[in-house]
Amino acid sequence: FLKKKKTPCVGRDLFGYVGIEAVLDQMRRKTMKAGFEFNIMVVGQSGLGKSTLVNTLFKSKVSRKSCTPNYEEKISKTVHLQSVSHIIEEKGVKMKLTVIDTPGFGDQINNENCWEPIVKYVNEQYEKYLKEELNVNRKRRIPDTRVHCCVYFLPATGHWLRPIDVEFMRRLGKIVSIVPVIAKADTLTLEERLEFKQRIRQDLQANGIRVYPQKEYDEDAEDRILNDKIRENIPFAVVGTDKEHQVNGNKVLGRKTKWGIIEVENVAHCEFALLRDLLIRSHLQDLKDVTHNIHYETYRVKRLNESNANGLALSPLTLENGTLEKSDAESHL
Amino acid sequence: CNRNDKQYVGFATLPNQVHRKSVKKGFDFTLMVAGESGLGKSTLVNSLFLTDLYKDRKLLNAEERINQTVEITKHTVDIEEKGVKLKLTIVDTPGFGDAVNNNECWKPITDYIDQQFEQYFRDESGLNRKNILDNRVHCCLYFIPPFGHGLRPVDVEFMKALHEKVNIVPLISKADCLTPNEVKKLKDRVRDEIEHFGIKVYQFPECDSDEEEEFKQMDKELKECTPFAVIGSNTVVEARGQRVRGRLYPWGIVEVENQSHCDFVKLRNMLIRSHMHDLKDVTCDVHYENYRAHCIQEMTSKLAQDNRTDSPLPILPLPTPDVETERLIKMKDEEVQNNHH
Repeated sequence: FLKKKKTPCVGRDLFGYVGIEAVLDQMRRKTMKAGFEFNIMVVGQSGLGKSTLVNTLFKSKVSRKSCTPNYEEKISKTVHLQSVSHIIEEKGVKMKLTVIDTPGFGDQINNENCWEPIVKYVNEQYEKYLKEELNVNRKRRIPDTRVHCCVYFLPATGHWLRPIDVEFMRRLGKIVSIVPVIAKADTLTLEERLEFKQRIRQDLQANGIRVYPQKEYDEDAEDRILNDKIRENIPFAVVGTDKEHQVNGNKVLGRKTKWGIIEVENVAHCEFALLRDLLIRSHLQDLKDVTHNIHYETYRVKRLNESNANGLALSPLTLENGTLEKSDAESHL
Repeated sequence: CNRNDKQYVGFATLPNQVHRKSVKKGFDFTLMVAGESGLGKSTLVNSLFLTDLYKDRKLLNAEERINQTVEITKHTVDIEEKGVKLKLTIVDTPGFGDAVNNNECWKPITDYIDQQFEQYFRDESGLNRKNILDNRVHCCLYFIPPFGHGLRPVDVEFMKALHEKVNIVPLISKADCLTPNEVKKLKDRVRDEIEHFGIKVYQFPECDSDEEEEFKQMDKELKECTPFAVIGSNTVVEARGQRVRGRLYPWGIVEVENQSHCDFVKLRNMLIRSHMHDLKDVTCDVHYENYRAHCIQEMTSKLAQDNRTDSPLPILPLPTPDVETERLIKMKDEEVQNNHH
């Protein structure tokens, strides 16, 4: 409500209470019934702990780790995308969580264009949604397979972004919300971590890479303050695990080494909790909104302009029952 | 952060995240009121939303009304309560049913509703969808006079012309001229006639089996009470030691918010507190989708008939025609129709 405030209506001096905030309850009831969807993509080389991290985030085995004993792992020759969905529930809230994995990314000797299958996948989901939206008899709730968040795993080198990191994030940052993380951060001391992060932020800026939360999409001052704090701290340095150990009489998630136990959920040790709060507890809905209101709309405008320019009609008429073919559309013009 | 609950991930906060965004954004609601003059429409609207929308209104006398046609007027008011903002638009239909010859007096109203659908369709198909204004009519309160013996022909025809375009909530107006028995008889009669004539009024959605008993009971009472018999008032009177909205008669005081006097409270609860969101959903998911599908199919069939190379396949975004073009389109349409007869 950015427009100027109107003076409240005088007649309300006749006391009473209309009860409009009950609309919020009505909405809540409906959304709870319908459930939520969330699609998260993880990108990074093999062995950076992607599946472990996702499993730790959602406290369930939603992603199959490649380091389990019977897993036949061969480094795949191409990047192929695998998506797995689970329905998880918490306090009456149902969520269909889809994890899209990208094995093979960055694992080859020659990794040129390894981002292309990913770009293709992201755009394919937008296309699917657009087609359904244009349909004559469209579904009430269009199934949403669009990628709401892409977590990009940076190895903890401590130096700078690598060329593959820049290439990937530059391209994908334009079409999807990227959340970069420093993976397996237990090899960095706190000072090294701070310096590494600063260098990464510099690199991101120098290359014109926009990561989430993007500054341009802050809706108001309140958002900006909140998001500025996040922007000053990214990328989060994370450690993931599904093992528990005893620390001070409590069971905690952690990695046990000879020199101590790294507690995953302890913010003094690593920033896993910050990542979780960002992705799940505070900005999950915002990630979806940015995908829908900005990335998807950008794609849609591009497609409509393309189709107009080609004289190819992209309209409900051509998509009705899928019967009108490309050639038919052209012959009508 | 619930540190004791080991399995707590935290996406249970999702409804709160959505809540926060909705509060920031605010809501909008468009309510249409239809019925003859003098049935208490304005008073009821003021009572429902605690507003004073019609303060400077001038009532026309009979002579002035002879040449009056049905108009569509809009009033918008911003209401804020407990941090929640509602932009309420009331669409009024002065002149409806007031003339001597009321043939098709609902046409300006159906045209208005269609125009809002069309506007939304264009906007939705356009390139810039950031700030689409939703002017679609979410609910139409139709005022039935209490004087008759049920639905009159104009009531039946009006509701049939509109029941597939908007959510109709029929009301028995000025119910303070009826005794409780008369109210019951009239309600039964109106319900029967609605069914008999196949009029599709707004249906309350079914309660989920897992809803609380209190909610289910409330829902049942609501359904059994339709059509609501309402009374409105802009004045405050003293009754039973309290200041209430009411009407003062020599024989007693009618309290608007007294559930044994009328169904005003039920109507308000239904409209605002329990079904506002559903009214909007049904408008978007059913009435608007029907319009859209119909529109597209018409465009398709017209092109199939014409087979002219100079009429292009409508490419999105649909261009907004100017007045001259619209006139030409209308002329062409009539031409085509005449050729087919």
